[in-house]
Amino acid sequence: MAGMTGILQTKRNQMIALAVLGVLLFILPFAAGALGQAWVRILNITLLYVMLALGLNVVVGVAGLLDLGYVAFYAVGAYTWSLLASAHFDLHYPFWILLPLGAFLAALAGLLLGTPVLKLRGDYLAIVTLGFGEIVRILMNNFDKVGLPWSDETYNITNGPRGITGIDGLNFFGFKISKGLELFGLQITPLQLYYFVFLAFTILSIIGVSRLQHSRIGRAWQALREDEIAAKAMGINTRNVKLAAFAFGALTGGLAGGLFASMQGFVSPESFGLLESVMILAMVVLGGMGHIPGVILGAVLLSAMPEVIRYAADENMQQKIFGIVLIAPEVLRNLIFSLAMILIMLFKPAGLWPSPEKK
Amino acid sequence: MADMLFTAEGVTKRFGGVTALDKVSMEIPRASIFGLIGPNGAGKTTFFNTLTGLYQVDEGKFTFDGKPLNVKAPHEVAVVGIARTFQNIRLFGEMSVLENVMVGRHVRTKAGAFGAIFQTPATRREEAEITQRAHELLDYIGLSKRAGDKSRTLAYGEQRRLEIARALATDPKMIALDEPAAGMNATETIALRELIERIANDGTTVMLIEHDMRLVMKVCQHLAVLDYGRKIAGGTPAEVQRDPAVIKAYLGGAHTEVTK
Repeated sequence: MAGMTGILQTKRNQMIALAVLGVLLFILPFAAGALGQAWVRILNITLLYVMLALGLNVVVGVAGLLDLGYVAFYAVGAYTWSLLASAHFDLHYPFWILLPLGAFLAALAGLLLGTPVLKLRGDYLAIVTLGFGEIVRILMNNFDKVGLPWSDETYNITNGPRGITGIDGLNFFGFKISKGLELFGLQITPLQLYYFVFLAFTILSIIGVSRLQHSRIGRAWQALREDEIAAKAMGINTRNVKLAAFAFGALTGGLAGGLFASMQGFVSPESFGLLESVMILAMVVLGGMGHIPGVILGAVLLSAMPEVIRYAADENMQQKIFGIVLIAPEVLRNLIFSLAMILIMLFKPAGLWPSPEKK
Repeated sequence: MADMLFTAEGVTKRFGGVTALDKVSMEIPRASIFGLIGPNGAGKTTFFNTLTGLYQVDEGKFTFDGKPLNVKAPHEVAVVGIARTFQNIRLFGEMSVLENVMVGRHVRTKAGAFGAIFQTPATRREEAEITQRAHELLDYIGLSKRAGDKSRTLAYGEQRRLEIARALATDPKMIALDEPAAGMNATETIALRELIERIANDGTTVMLIEHDMRLVMKVCQHLAVLDYGRKIAGGTPAEVQRDPAVIKAYLGGAHTEVTK
């Protein structure tokens, strides 16, 4: 990586690299589409994970607040979209209301989580945030029979473990993304269109998060992470700064949640379990805490790797090599995945692409 | 009487049955170097912690810059104009040398998240000012060449000086240095002495909490000596050195008194 950053020193080379990257990112969905729409979906999910990892990175990587319940904010965004744009309540609000609303509600949930944990840190913070994540998931699970103390009637809000189906897709002022698009004879599938929408939001997230990180408030977050007592002595109001970190991290998660619901057309509580939170945390840690390019790399690797291994560990592949199926593909996949994580932590404890020693 | 920047009047702090500070009073003239000394456990740090809002006083009061100093939370101290360094260096190790000083500007700037995300002209202007001031301060302490390095890679003496620059970045009226010479070699101590004198000459009052007697006696205009939570002497270095109570406290005379 050192060599790579070396080449990127001059402005001209940076522009060239950016242009190449732009072309690659443009071609990618069509290349994946040639292999099958399932691969485009994997690309889209990867972009969502990049957004989630960037959001969690604000909390964990930059501000140093260990959060194990991050997926709750993803859930808030996803359910905001699902409840207000589906057949469930027969509400169909447009995206320009729902995406900001989902992000706002997630940020509110971030403040809700942040307020009681202001004085906690490390393991204790992790336990409480883990609990918060579970509370949100269990609420989604049980809010299909909400009763009121003064009546026997129950109300179905989230449809419980069955989840919400028939969710509206993205709909740009009359243009339905689910219809696909034909441009100059080029057939663009709905999933490919989602790819470009997600890519735009991912780029906006990267710009927003990196600007924040290199601002007055971003430096306050880092100071908080490095030494809370010294940060206070510098006049930083650590309470406000912590709450801002929780809120901004959550906001990104909420945005990704809304986008997820719009593409998937179906959400249920089981998409938002503890394992999801742990996975997003692993992306941040394995990539390089606090370093945005590293976090993106971590998210891309960890969301793409299981799929690649799924293909490589396929039963047919084992049949070809060993003559028999030695290990069930699902088990083998988790085995390889865990092994890779252990190896990275052993040999690159600061992450695959940590922040450089000299700025 | 000279213009006093800081006064303490009858400050008392008790922890359960232990009186850590017993009616301590002192006055610090503006733009002077004031030394707070005393043997280990004399109450220097407790005094410092009550002053900086970590503990609340039980009795007595502080006045700072003509107003009663009433700090409820540690982060408010920097706001009123008192900056500090730490006995056991507390830099932001993973941040660059420059960024450490930039954090010091936090309390005198106000750009918010909105301005940062949309890069409003006001935010950009403020950010440029922060960067420029931080570079000036690095020049001031002679660490410009290391601006881009992570602060944890600095040598010990450099880390001490960086902490001072970070504190100066908050535009303090008074800077409190908690044992800045601890662990320094002779050359580093001389450089530190020059820096302290320069800071006072430039108009910032220095409160020096220190064990290194040679440094204190050379650099301070006024001293206060604490022992067992009480102020046992005060005045110029020459006066304090002659004071029998001080000699007793430092040479262990107090023990014979206790066992008698």
